Amino acid sequence: MLGWLVNLAYLLAAVLFILGLKGLAHPRSAVRGNLLGALGMLLAVVVTLLDQRIIGYGTLIIGLVAGSGLGALLALTVKMTAMPQLVALFNGFGGGASVLVAGAALAETTSVEAGPPATFLVAVAASGIIGAVTFSGSLVAFAKLKEIVRGSLRFPGMQVLNAMLLLCAAGAGAWLVAEPANGWNFWSIVALASVLGLLLVLPIGGADMPVVIALLNSYSGLAAAATGFALQNSGLIIAGSLVGASGLILTGIMCRAMNRSLTNVLSGRVGGAGAGAASSGEEIYEGRVKASSAEEVALLFDVARRVVIVPGYGMAVAQAQHAVRDLCNLLEGRGIEVEFAIHPVAGRMPGHMNVLLAEANVPYDKLKELERANPSFPQTDVALVIGANDVVNPAAREEPQSPIAGMPILEVDKARTVVVVKRSLSPGFAGIPNALFAADHTLMLFGDGKQALLDLVAAVKEAA
Amino acid sequence: MEALVISLTVFVLAVFVGFEVITKVPPTLHTPLMSGSNAISGITLIGALVSAGTEHSTLSTALGLAAVIMATINVVGGFLVTHRMLAMFRRRD
Repeated sequence: MLGWLVNLAYLLAAVLFILGLKGLAHPRSAVRGNLLGALGMLLAVVVTLLDQRIIGYGTLIIGLVAGSGLGALLALTVKMTAMPQLVALFNGFGGGASVLVAGAALAETTSVEAGPPATFLVAVAASGIIGAVTFSGSLVAFAKLKEIVRGSLRFPGMQVLNAMLLLCAAGAGAWLVAEPANGWNFWSIVALASVLGLLLVLPIGGADMPVVIALLNSYSGLAAAATGFALQNSGLIIAGSLVGASGLILTGIMCRAMNRSLTNVLSGRVGGAGAGAASSGEEIYEGRVKASSAEEVALLFDVARRVVIVPGYGMAVAQAQHAVRDLCNLLEGRGIEVEFAIHPVAGRMPGHMNVLLAEANVPYDKLKELERANPSFPQTDVALVIGANDVVNPAAREEPQSPIAGMPILEVDKARTVVVVKRSLSPGFAGIPNALFAADHTLMLFGDGKQALLDLVAAVKEAA
Repeated sequence: MEALVISLTVFVLAVFVGFEVITKVPPTLHTPLMSGSNAISGITLIGALVSAGTEHSTLSTALGLAAVIMATINVVGGFLVTHRMLAMFRRRD
């Protein structure tokens, strides 16, 4: 197929990608948007397969069939609660593929006498660095989310070591430009960057995962764009930069939602650092915490007119979303207004709670984001917090010394009564006690999220 | 050098388009946005197909094949899982 025709097809594919992402501006148009994106990809792949340079179709068919099978298997069998792990894994594959393509392109040119141009080599080096960081970093993120790897690795001088690794990788890049025929320089870039990716993600713990996944998402796009520079393929450059921009926007949103800078998140500094403040919270909780029962909470709902449910990662862990939906329907059946308030960093990835609630058939227009939810808490009779902690901690507002000071929170403490469903009084990710649990108008419903919700549903039914 | 400037032009403009389009995505769709944009970053597949298919050398073919598999997982899995998620989003009846 003619080169200009191929490029025209890539342009059309890029337009379809943009229209596809545009469709995601609203849940109504989102399904069609995603299909447009997939159509763009299909077009790009088919046109590429018609390229006359391609002779080995056997290899390609093996690769395409194997990849499609594995991809479909993962996509169709994953549980919605495991979505963060899957996205992390896919990010990694994207980065890995970019590294391999850059490596293959390099292998093709170095056997040519004339030697490749410096711009090509710089792009290959960039692709090697970004792609390898994405690959190894994403695998660590995957292992952490799947809880194969527990705890966080942190040691003094880690930042310095990371900076040195990056410098060395860049140095190996310069070596590649100077001596492209040497087969080892590209792979030393990849090795150094892979170690860097490991060390970047290892210190990062649970609640900071949304930031890391968003950032790796961005990197996977940038790696594709860098490969596009190497191949001078505008399809790759456009698609890659769209994804790069998308990931960066999400990273920014997540950081703002925690009132922390990206460097602060990446250095893994939170809460625990101020160990003095991170007491067990006994002096706060002592004698003030009121443990409640499902029956007592059901009585509260009896006289309530407006209930706001605040889900957190605990709801995902307990797989309680369906029980939450049942409770929501039950209360609505009694004429109670029920809404959900979603904190941007609730869960382990951006939008995690929304997907779980959508899976349980909760209509998306019941889900209110932070800015829209907060003004309504003073008019709320019961705020029901399920497995959330730091994102509802009033210390963010009231204690300037707190590690989460200034973080935007859901102001559930302004509701008439607060019910907190939680296993125990153990601190959240920030490692600090939560005065909300000891407040006069707070009732604690201790237990597993799902069981507590099932009990609550039964009690509400009985109270009728 | 001229080719680099053209590539750079495309890159910068596409980043701006990306920022404009994606700031309009509501928080409720942030997970599908990540998985969907992730599928799009599997565009590396078209580079991988050329690397694996031209059979330039054993090394480039092997690297290309591995890249084709990884990128296809990314593309097929990404679009499928995004579709699965988006199909669940409903308005109240």
